[in-house]
Amino acid sequence: MSNLDKSTALSLLRQMMVIRDFEETADKLCLRGKVPGGMHNSSGQEAVAVGTLSAIAKDDVIATTHRSHHHTLAKGYSAKSVMAELFTKATGISHGRGGSMHLAEVTEGHFGGNGIVGAGVGIAMGAALGIQHIGDKKIAVGFVGDGGMNTGRTWESINMASIWKLPLIILVDNNQYAVETFVGRVTGGGDLAKRASGFGLPAYNIDGQDVLEVRKYVTEARERALAGEGPTFINALTYRYYGHNVGEKGQYRTQEEIAQWRTTQDPIDKFTGVVISSGFATQAEVDELRASVRKEIDEAVAYAESSPEPEIASITQGVDSGKLGVQL
Amino acid sequence: MTTEVKAVTPTYSEAFQSGVREEMNRNKKIFILGTDLVERGGHFAQVKGIAQEFGLKQVRDAPISEAAMVAAGMGAAMYGCHPIVDLNFIDFSLGAMDEIINQAAKIRFMFDRPVPLVIRATSGVALGGAHHCNSLESFFAHTAGLSLAVPSTPMDVKGLIKTALRNEDPVVFLMHKKLSGIRGEIGDENYFVPFGKAKTVKAGTDAAIITYGYSVVTATKAAQALEAEGISVEVIDLRTLYPIDQDAIDAAVTKFGRVVVLDEAPLFGSITAEIAATASERNFKSLKGPIVRVGAVRAPLSANPAMSEAAIPSVDQISKAVKQVMSY
Repeated sequence: MSNLDKSTALSLLRQMMVIRDFEETADKLCLRGKVPGGMHNSSGQEAVAVGTLSAIAKDDVIATTHRSHHHTLAKGYSAKSVMAELFTKATGISHGRGGSMHLAEVTEGHFGGNGIVGAGVGIAMGAALGIQHIGDKKIAVGFVGDGGMNTGRTWESINMASIWKLPLIILVDNNQYAVETFVGRVTGGGDLAKRASGFGLPAYNIDGQDVLEVRKYVTEARERALAGEGPTFINALTYRYYGHNVGEKGQYRTQEEIAQWRTTQDPIDKFTGVVISSGFATQAEVDELRASVRKEIDEAVAYAESSPEPEIASITQGVDSGKLGVQL
Repeated sequence: MTTEVKAVTPTYSEAFQSGVREEMNRNKKIFILGTDLVERGGHFAQVKGIAQEFGLKQVRDAPISEAAMVAAGMGAAMYGCHPIVDLNFIDFSLGAMDEIINQAAKIRFMFDRPVPLVIRATSGVALGGAHHCNSLESFFAHTAGLSLAVPSTPMDVKGLIKTALRNEDPVVFLMHKKLSGIRGEIGDENYFVPFGKAKTVKAGTDAAIITYGYSVVTATKAAQALEAEGISVEVIDLRTLYPIDQDAIDAAVTKFGRVVVLDEAPLFGSITAEIAATASERNFKSLKGPIVRVGAVRAPLSANPAMSEAAIPSVDQISKAVKQVMSY
């Protein structure tokens, strides 16, 4: 816990609380039909998002997955703009065109969630190539789930990043279930870091429920990338508390297993313990923090509810530039 | 005695080199990525010598990873570069279809971010069998967000690639393999061919053949043969399939009322179907009879040269189609 100061600690804790409250609130709203097309709840995975995004620069690039509310909130986007996008409103981060799976703000380095498993690492790898080509001092992070670890193109991209020493971090947000399929049943060799190390890059299996551990590994990986030493693979073991999609009634795991993770491995509980034992806050102050988060999420819902729908007349606007036909 | 040295005009492939060189000289954010580009210069010498002139940062030899190649180009394009991903054969794009159709084509619409990316490949029927002779134009033209160039001359290759590289849209740039070695004049550095502007290759007074790519050659041969029989056929080269020159198609339909649409793709669901259907919707009363489509049989291409030739339109078939429309 070296270098952890009070303001950083409270910021990390608050961000994780924002994600949890956002997801649990959005989940209920989704069941009430407020989120067209449904959503993927990331509750339980907060430390992976906050540990990673707190360790990179604001204008570093991320590209992510179908489950990306937590990455987007941790990158610093307001609960309002993310909630409004879940509601597919004009004020949403993707102006209602993206929805829950396609949160993005490319000009600021958020290269998007994705509806296709395994697509994010490739896009982040491409961004890292752009960074290297232009010579900027930035990095890219490609988030991928355990499901995406079995798509061939993810490994094509990891290989390409390795041979060209691209400034990339491959961050496996490993919640252990690809929809209903347990990672252990479909992972040849069993060890993802070992698999990755065959591509010639440093690869680690880490505790994704420990925000400080994630932050530490990402910080080191970012330094390597900036030094021109190439990509790093980080497999952060975590757990999702809810189904793959909202409303899922899966029988593929036991209630005992979920309860075990919630009660002994919860990333917010664990880090709250660190914050209190380090003397950064009292329990009462932690409760106040939670109350302020509650208020923020309530405001986000009100904002999303009251926001306008996108203009239907715009449905064909912005498909292409329309300028290829101009005689130069 | 005067010696007249007749300068040798560039080939179709050299025209591509010329356009790319000129644009790379003025824009360092253009780079080329693909397999076997540095030494071999690509399978059709389309980038021969460019690596030696511009260096290995501007021309990258990639592993045979089509999905990652396109992802690399797309991510770098989103970041601010203008990559040319050279797949050599368009058949190989099928390993990157998600990157092309789900990702690159849709990013501008969803995220309001241009994707200035050229995907170059050689297309069309020649020897090589079922996996090197696909005509996939309709896949790409069907996809909102993609533009599609199909030049038939060195002049148009250079003029169109320069336009593509001055714009910001994802462009699929298809060069027909049987045209690789043809020679012709090319424009200077200020010569650009806009997308969506067809060209009349041969004027005529009785009927029109609307086509593109290598079929411009077979159509012209058919038109010449028909001239001897007293039938004057106009040959129109579309040059790009999206945007498509609907004005030129409308003009041909209304002027002649007798139209043949020709390409090398299997007829079912092809570009020729699109052109004929749209023409009948827009100008049915101008037609003297049905538009006749000429295309390939519904079968994979065979390796046997005679079988391969038999699968695609012959000069005789095209002549027969013209005679059919002349019979109305």
